[in-house]
Parts: sequence; C-alpha cells; structure tokens
Amino acid sequence: MKQNRAILLFLLLLAAAVAAFTQAQSDIIIRLTGGARKAVALPDFRGAGASAQFADLFNRTVFEDVERSGVFTMAPKSFYPLNPPQTDRDLRTPAGAQKDCGGRCLPDWAGAPVNADYLGFGYLAEQGGQLVAFGNFFNTRAADPAGARVFTKLYTGELSEAGARKIAHEYAADILAQFGVPSLVGTKIYFVSDRQGKGTKEIWVMDFDGSNQRRITHFNSISTMPSVSPDGRRLAFTTYAKGQPQIMMYSTETGRFIPFRNSAAPTNAQASFTPDGRHVLYASSVSGYMQIYIADLDGSNPRRLTNTRAIEAEPKVNPKTGLDIVFVSGRGGLQQIYRMNMDGADVERLTNGEGEASNPAWHPEGRHIAFAWTRGYAPGNWNLFVMDVASKETVQLTFGQGRNENPSWAPDGRHLAFCSNRTGSYQIFTMLADGTGVRQLTTEGNNWMPVWSK
Amino acid sequence: MKRMLKPRHVAIGLLSLLLLFFAAGCKKKQPAPPPPPPPPPAKEEPKPAAAVIRSFVAEPSTITRGQTSTLRWNVENASEVVIDQGIGSVPARGERSVSPVETTTYRMTARSAGGDAVAAVTVTVTTPPPPPPPPPKAKASLSERIAKEVQDIFFDYDKSEIREDARATLQRNVEALKAILNDFPSASILIEGHCDERGSAEYNLGLGDRRANATKEFLVQLGVPADRLKTISYGKERPFCTESNESCWQLNRRAHFVGVE
Repeated sequence: MKQNRAILLFLLLLAAAVAAFTQAQSDIIIRLTGGARKAVALPDFRGAGASAQFADLFNRTVFEDVERSGVFTMAPKSFYPLNPPQTDRDLRTPAGAQKDCGGRCLPDWAGAPVNADYLGFGYLAEQGGQLVAFGNFFNTRAADPAGARVFTKLYTGELSEAGARKIAHEYAADILAQFGVPSLVGTKIYFVSDRQGKGTKEIWVMDFDGSNQRRITHFNSISTMPSVSPDGRRLAFTTYAKGQPQIMMYSTETGRFIPFRNSAAPTNAQASFTPDGRHVLYASSVSGYMQIYIADLDGSNPRRLTNTRAIEAEPKVNPKTGLDIVFVSGRGGLQQIYRMNMDGADVERLTNGEGEASNPAWHPEGRHIAFAWTRGYAPGNWNLFVMDVASKETVQLTFGQGRNENPSWAPDGRHLAFCSNRTGSYQIFTMLADGTGVRQLTTEGNNWMPVWSK
Repeated sequence: MKRMLKPRHVAIGLLSLLLLFFAAGCKKKQPAPPPPPPPPPAKEEPKPAAAVIRSFVAEPSTITRGQTSTLRWNVENASEVVIDQGIGSVPARGERSVSPVETTTYRMTARSAGGDAVAAVTVTVTTPPPPPPPPPKAKASLSERIAKEVQDIFFDYDKSEIREDARATLQRNVEALKAILNDFPSASILIEGHCDERGSAEYNLGLGDRRANATKEFLVQLGVPADRLKTISYGKERPFCTESNESCWQLNRRAHFVGVE
C-alpha cells in the first residue's frame, strides 16, 4: 500500500511537470492543438458471443483514434475501477456516504486516481449476423447520470475485423466531434517509396493510420515529390520516366493519367495546386535557373513569378486565402523560406537566414507553416518547425532524432505527417502538432515525402 | 482305242526300220564316215573373271571442315561400281571431289559375275580451330571514349560556379568532346548534374540543374556545339557515394558526362 502511494505521488509529480511544460509552450502550439486537454477514460468493451473475438481490435482502434487526436489525455488504465458500466442502466448515483461503487458511479471515474473528465463505455454483440456496438459517452463531472449523458449510440458493421475497425472509427469520431475535432478516418497519405526496388522511387498511398499501403505508379524509374489537389481528386508528381524530370498528373478517381503540358526545360518539377484547384504552381529551369511558374491545370499558359539568377523551388499557395505563396529560394545564399504575392510581388524572407530551410507546408487555416530547418544543426540535419507567418515566431517540434523533413498537415490541422531516418532508414511518421504522439506508419524499404490528403 | 492302235504302230516302226536297213544295204560301197563330233561339254559356259579394285584412295585423306578431298579409283572386270554416301554408280575409273562435314568412310562395291570386290577409304575431317580474336576495333564505343577521355568536374557545397580545377578539366575535355562528336556525328553528350545529400531533395533538383547548365555554358563558350549538349539534373537521387562524410559528399557534387547515341 505504501509502495502504491509512492508510485501515485511520483505520477502526480510527473503530471504536474508535464502540465508546467505544457503551459510554458508557445502560443502557436496552444492555438494549433487546443491547449489544456480533457482527461478521458475508455474502459474496454466486452463482446458477447461471436463478437467477443473482435473486442480487442475494437478497443485498440478506439483508444488509438482518441489518443491520436491530441484532444485528450488518456487516464491511466491501471487506475480504472474494476467494474466499469457496460450500459447506461448500470450507472448509479452514489448512495449517501458511499464513496466507491467499484466503477458504477461516475464519481468513481471523476475522482482520484483516475481523474477522468469523460467516460466512454459500452459493449459489443452479434445481432442478425452483424457486429453491433452500444457506445456511450458521459461527462463524469455532471451532478447525476441523467444529465451526464453526452451521447448513446448504436453502431453496426460487418462481423469481421474490417467491420470492427469501421465501427470503432465511427465511435471514436463521434467522441472527437463533441469537441469540434474532425476525424481523420478516410483521409489518405500519399508518399514515395523505394520498397519495390533499390534505385527506383514510386508513388504510394496509404490510409491515415498506415493501413492499406498500395502502389500507384509503375514506371520503374524515379517518381517523387507528390502533391494532391485540395479536393483530393488529382495527384501531381515529378518523374524521370521519360528522361529529364517532368511533371505528371494523375486522377485518383479513375486511376488514369491526365495530360499535362511540360515546358521545354531540362527540369519541370514540384507541382502544387491553388486552393480553387484551377491552377498549378511549379518549378522549371526553362530560363536556365529553376524558377517558379503558375499555369493552368493542364500546364498551358505558364507565367513566370520569380525572376532571379538563383534557385527558386517548392511553391505553395496559402490554402485558406489563395493570396500568397511560400517558397524556397537560394537568392540570399543558402536556401531559405520566402513569401510573395500571387503575382510574384512583395517578396519577404520568412526564416532568419540561419542554416538552411526547406519544405514549407501551409496549415489548412493559412496562418502557420510547418517546415524543415537546419538551424542549430550541421547542414543536412533537418528538424521540423512551425512558424506563425505573420509574426515569424517559430516553434521547434523535433530535436535531432535523425533527419526530419517534408512535414504535411493533416486535414484536421492538428497533426503532421513527416519523414525521418531516426530508425536508420527513411520512414513516414505522424505526430500531433506539438511534437507528441509520434507514430511510425511505414517500415518497408525507405519512404519519403508524405502528403496528407482528404 | 490306244490299245488297239499300238500293235499297228509297232509294226509300222519295225517295217520302216527294215526298209531303211535294206535300202542302205543296197547302196554301193562308200568311204567310212567321219567319227561323230565329241559330245559337248556338260552344259557349262566359260567362267568370267572376278572384279578387281586396283585402287581406291582419298587425297588428301585428312581435311579440315570445309575443304575438299578427291576420291580416285581404278576398278577392273566390274559390271557395276557403286560408292555409298550418296555417290552411287560411277565409272570403272574415275575421281570425285567430296567435302564431308565430318569424318566419313566411303565404301566402294565393284560387282562382277566373276565375283564382287569391296574397298573402303576414310576421309578424316578435323574441326577448324576457333577463329582468331577479331582485330581490335578501329573505334572505341561512344561510352568508352567518354569514360576514357572526358573527366567529370566537381563543385563546392551549394555552388554551381565552375571551380579553378574544374576549368582546367573542362578545357582538357573540350578537345576530347569535339573529337568524339566528330567521330560520332549522330551522338550527343548528356551532362548530369548531381548534389550531395545535405540540401533538400527539392532544392537540389534545381542545384543539379544549375551545375549541369553551368558546365554546358562553359563548354559552349569554348566551342563545343550547343545543340550536341543536353543536361539533366539528378539532384541527390543518384549518388555516386552513399556515406555521410565530406569525401563522399565531394564525389557527389559533380557534373558527369554520358554519351547518347
């Protein structure tokens, strides 16, 4: 008992330290991740009959989805009461001086040591050959069980692993929706892989959680630098399939290539879309130096936006306003991140000139960019940063664990996918915008340049 | 009937004989007739001579494949002379050129009523020795020429300016490139721009492009025809060396020459 208390004390101190750290964090992170988090408890659903075999998968999926959202802190499972409710009818109001109903009273969850603000509970069953989940979500701080209900809902899916995953994602999405957090279920991450053969790079795609990885291109060449249109229907990338690097356009709906007119230049690369989906920005060396151009969606009517004798690369249009472009330029020496208007005017350097900066990626709300920077490290040792474009204030998200490049915002604006060689090979990871909750999504071969798309 | 006639036949025969005898006895005395000729030999004709193969030779008896040998023969007393291996009937004396692809034995059969004769001659065929190595090519291939005569140049980090050492290299390359382009009138030279791993892949695509282009511009100024020079940037996609140290990085910051036929 004494030992338990010591552990408890230690954990409380740890929690306090974490809270202090969180408070010391930048305003940027608080704006992006919502600041202080609610604590949630998610006791395991148990399954009746044929549904029992899918309970573990269901529970794991719900827990990961909710934890990954970054909206909550997850109350430590080992502190959960032993007898959690399975239906709303199991909940009781504590009688008189009773302090502990073993999990059947909400204060069991609201009080120490669980300290959960919310409780998700329920059970699985088989009904008419289908897998059903009875999911509840309750506010533990409410005065009585009746007023504590946030929602109670029935979920139905196939009696299979896929069905279990589906209804778990739906239940988790409903929990997140209570806090205005869009679910990432259904979003995709495009990326580049060499797993099909060393020396080749092909474009691949996977679900947001790393499942369903499949190959898109089959050029047996170098195909890289993917980018997806705002509606998710078009994929542009740069390929050596025809010799010199050129831009190719692909329909994610039909699985067919769409004609794209490349300028007569040794290099046409790094296409990205305007938020209205009607124009493409790209980098082309038609003038002898790689410069930034804007053209129609099919590559026609190209217009030059930069005019320097330096390398200009990676143009990205503000997805919210469609009014300004961030890009990378070597005009001042080593590569830095700049901003300009859509017509190429009002150029402004965003990074302060230290180190090298690359891979700018707009946050969906158009106020921040994530990017890679070598500031404070040797050339080539990239770390990820987030910048408030208006104030140029930056926050560092990775700290020298390998090279960390190519950040891409999730549609929820709370998560980032990125590429890192921290495990020894290049792999795709996701994390919350405050740098926590890092998850590795790929393991096979090397994988680079994730692009998170809806 | 026969039995009835028979005694009469006999009687006529006897009568005829008597008459003949009588008539003869009535003739005047004449000289004795010559003795009858000797009986013919017992139905046997005179035996013909047996066939004789006087000679049957192949000259030369050993050839290398593709050469010919001459078969010569002389046969006597033969009614027919046949050589196998598809040659067939031949005159008693003659010669024939043969060119077998492998060692072959020719069998001659000379037929005669007096007796057949058989002879055989073998022409040994040896395999020709493997051909001598082809004479050294008058011209090395395009890629061999470039590998031997044209040197890559190297760059400083994040730079596409042609360094002093690279200028000297390019000046040497100019004469070689002109000669090669002259010897291969339809060929062109592809200049690949490469970068080390440290800059971003996106920026390096532009840097490799710039390095290849700067190299091309330098060569064109020295008289290499521009329309025979193409450029491609590999950025950091195709490194020559994959370690993370300066000597390796330097090897990757280069312009590399490739022939395109």
